[in-house]
Amino acid sequence: MTTTALPSYEDAVSRYEPVIGLETHVELGTATKMFCGCRTDFGAEPNTQVCPVCLGLPGALPVANRAGIEATIRIGLALNCDIAEWCRMARKNYFYPDMPKNFQTSQYDEPLCVDGYVDVEVGGKSYRIGIERVHLEEDTGKTLHVGGATGRIHGATESLVDYNRAGIPLVEIVTKPVPGLGALAPEVAKAYVAELRDIIRSLGVSDVRMEQGSLRCDVNTSLNKPGEEWGTRTETKNVNSLRSVERAVRSEIIRQSGLLDQGTRIFQETRHFQETTGDTRSGRSKETATDYRYFPEPDLVPIAPDPAWVAELKAALPEKPSSKRARLREEWGISETDMESVANAGAVELIEETIAAGSSPAGARKWWMGELARRANETGVELSAVGATPAQVAALQKLVDEGKLNDKLARQVLEGVVAGEGDPAAVMTARGLEVVSDTGALTKAVDDAIAANPDIAAKIRDGKVAAAGALVGAVMKTTRGQADAKTVRDLILERLGAS
Amino acid sequence: MAAISREEVAHLARLSRLAVTEEELDRFAGQLDVILQSVARIGDVAADDIPPTSHSVPLTNVYRDDVPVPSLTQEEALSGAPDAYEGRFRVPQILAEED
Repeated sequence: MTTTALPSYEDAVSRYEPVIGLETHVELGTATKMFCGCRTDFGAEPNTQVCPVCLGLPGALPVANRAGIEATIRIGLALNCDIAEWCRMARKNYFYPDMPKNFQTSQYDEPLCVDGYVDVEVGGKSYRIGIERVHLEEDTGKTLHVGGATGRIHGATESLVDYNRAGIPLVEIVTKPVPGLGALAPEVAKAYVAELRDIIRSLGVSDVRMEQGSLRCDVNTSLNKPGEEWGTRTETKNVNSLRSVERAVRSEIIRQSGLLDQGTRIFQETRHFQETTGDTRSGRSKETATDYRYFPEPDLVPIAPDPAWVAELKAALPEKPSSKRARLREEWGISETDMESVANAGAVELIEETIAAGSSPAGARKWWMGELARRANETGVELSAVGATPAQVAALQKLVDEGKLNDKLARQVLEGVVAGEGDPAAVMTARGLEVVSDTGALTKAVDDAIAANPDIAAKIRDGKVAAAGALVGAVMKTTRGQADAKTVRDLILERLGAS
Repeated sequence: MAAISREEVAHLARLSRLAVTEEELDRFAGQLDVILQSVARIGDVAADDIPPTSHSVPLTNVYRDDVPVPSLTQEEALSGAPDAYEGRFRVPQILAEED
């Protein structure tokens, strides 16, 4: 702990130049694991999706999942990488119970994809982030530390291990070091991870959810004085949201500049991001941990993707998310900020499909970004899994456009749709939510409201039409909100001779 | 010159989480040295035109389709475990350095 006050961020970046690098792990959404046919369902009972291969039992032999290879190549292509003509898997040896085999099947000096780039935009300016490599490996099991006070390793007396996750295909994407960003380094880091997430989501190979761990990020940061060599980097792990990516880089810049100001050396080490405070804390020293004694995996034959197949995969890549966003923003006539919120909510495709199903852009955006986004947020599910389909949202908006539902009723119908009660029209009928358009019934409700509120009625007759609001409220109450407010208002004014 | 030093054997033992006594270090270092020296002789006869071999069969691209097959049951999975608790493998305390 240092007693010297840390420099401000502005001060730090005015005197030091940051260099950042990012390592991102993406869990693929294959139906089975990378080297065996065990399922990959999230949330299954512990150790029910395991077999001799992923438990590392003697004599078990792995066979690579074609879908995992294909997804990795597609990610590489989408990141403008060259695809290796021939490469091998490797064993990364370490003794830790999260891998029952005592090694992780990974790639070492022969990654499947190399030398690509991603362009990201920050503040209207484009930055090219170089991609060093994209390689394929397998995820580890989940350990639960017990006996300690906090569930962390320190103080734990034993660990409980579930190997359901062990062997799920994991793609690691490593950037080249990115210098020259100055004060924008944290923002560019965040924009890169967001762009990467969007690209991978557009490929449909992973659900890329940071909060669930299917997209995980490690951030490397170093500082140097202008004109000097790059400094020693630290690696920050446990960065689990886009906002945390930005905060982690920022806090490392401040922390390291404080040390450098005092003439203290930066140690190459792993640090852990602290979600609550936004700073990083020292983890293990890397000295022995890097001694993984990699060697080619003898049980898996080399991967030699047919160039014709690679060309086919490349030709079939979807439109780049950034160009798609620009195109749709134009079509929908919304601001860049609004488009960013839509993208961040994972609503681009949903709104696009809703419009294709007949809704207006404004209507589609309203439901997905309003009621449904709120609900997804509350229940902690992806917007796409909230329980309503684009076709249903389009049908709902159509009922509103036709005057059969007002806004309030439409919300109730949507609630029914999300609850699985059927399509909007069916929910509307079943719940009796249609707007009251029967003029007879409405006129009676209006007359009742006038009779019950003679004072207000008198005011309206005297020309104080603003007072009509109270009567509209009364009518809406007796019709349980199922009348169109404007129609009711017109009717009140007409009955009182004030229109 | 020895192909592997006593210090290297100690280092490997630590990485492998093996408790090795001083006496064993001497013994294993000597034994491993003999093995490594023997294997190293292959390097003497392999000329530049012989590439290093990682696989003994000339196969590439052996894949399976992404189709689930039945897994072991939890009971089967845990049947060989020295210890288990609530469906999970129970293992001793993990060294703090690995945090």
